[in-house]
Amino acid sequence: MATDYQRIVKDGLWDNNGVLCMLLGMCPTMAMTTSATNGLGMGLATAVVMAASNLLVALFRDRITQEVRIPVYILIVAAMVTLVDLTMNAWMHELYKVLGLFIALIVSNCLPLARLEAFASKEPVLNSLLDGIFMGLGFTISLTVIGAVREIIGSGTLFADASLLLGPAFKFLEMRILPEDTGVLVMILPPGGFLVAGLLVVAKRILDVRAGKGIQMAGAHSV
Amino acid sequence: MKDGTIKHATILGVFCLGFGLVLAVTDRLTVDAIKERAMEDRLNSLAQVIPAGIHDNNPVTDAIDMKNEQGEEVTIYRAMKAGQVTGVAYEVHGTGYGGPVRLMLGLDAEGHILGVRVTAHKETPGLGDKIEEKKSGWILKFTGLFLGNPPADKWKVKKDGGQFDQFAGATITPRGVVAAVRGGLEFFAANKTKMMGAK
Repeated sequence: MATDYQRIVKDGLWDNNGVLCMLLGMCPTMAMTTSATNGLGMGLATAVVMAASNLLVALFRDRITQEVRIPVYILIVAAMVTLVDLTMNAWMHELYKVLGLFIALIVSNCLPLARLEAFASKEPVLNSLLDGIFMGLGFTISLTVIGAVREIIGSGTLFADASLLLGPAFKFLEMRILPEDTGVLVMILPPGGFLVAGLLVVAKRILDVRAGKGIQMAGAHSV
Repeated sequence: MKDGTIKHATILGVFCLGFGLVLAVTDRLTVDAIKERAMEDRLNSLAQVIPAGIHDNNPVTDAIDMKNEQGEEVTIYRAMKAGQVTGVAYEVHGTGYGGPVRLMLGLDAEGHILGVRVTAHKETPGLGDKIEEKKSGWILKFTGLFLGNPPADKWKVKKDGGQFDQFAGATITPRGVVAAVRGGLEFFAANKTKMMGAK
């Protein structure tokens, strides 16, 4: 069993990474990664929703019939998103002001839905919860890295406004890498998202080939 | 087949009902807190354009609704001291490069600008977003101005023969903002009595 869990963790974080390998969830990936902090926030919010909905679907997987599974999955993801949105708005308002923008977007992300269909509907509860958490974290890491690259080249900063998202203790993360007004604007604009995401996909494949794994088929473990 | 249909419908129905219930309960629990937060947010953004010193009321609860020339509803937040209206604030919008730019405009009883702040925009980062107070001081230059200072034909960006700076590489955004502020001042001039009057 131990190797089973290891497999899930490795799949989520690297081997079958949602963005860099399966190329899912491209809409928030492009739209929200104008800075490392934005990528991190979007990723974390998605991870919470993925863990919760994976857990629920695994719990009810014997009750949900093939014919109605897709509407039920959409219902569950949408309900989780709304729940997170309402509770954060009411009781974590400072965080909500930063993240609020991202939360509603999670519904339109196909990564949670893909994991429900490909994993949580077939696997036991604990495995599914782990898959949700680590797929979510893998998504978070990809978005943060894409955001960091775009932010450094585009605005010359790194983790700007991180203290708004994570609390004043994280002020030290906010850095200025390049002098003011030297940023390459196109990196912040939509083309920068495509460029950086594409280059990172290439980088991951090169690393995989070097490690002797050969090129992993995108979606090998998914639908 | 028929049994199957009923079974699937029941499953879907039960899930909808279950999650509907959960959401309804959550909504009930959070609705008051969310309203409170929204009020705090609005007071905070108003505090930037109406100095705390000129009022002793809550401008949000003493607001009135009016129609502007385009027929849109505008909420006029009114600052009062000892029952007298000492200032007003309302939202105006202009056309930027990436869509509408929404601004909160604060005026004193004579129609002099107390402050202007951008509340929402989709301008290009690094170019048009210098209208934000935290990106540059440009928006602060409006403070203290009124219709007549500068004269009406100078309420334009320099490129159009007016007195306001445009940004290097971005003229459309400041042009939209200047026009919106000017429009907001004219709206005040035309409706002064109603805005200053009792509720």
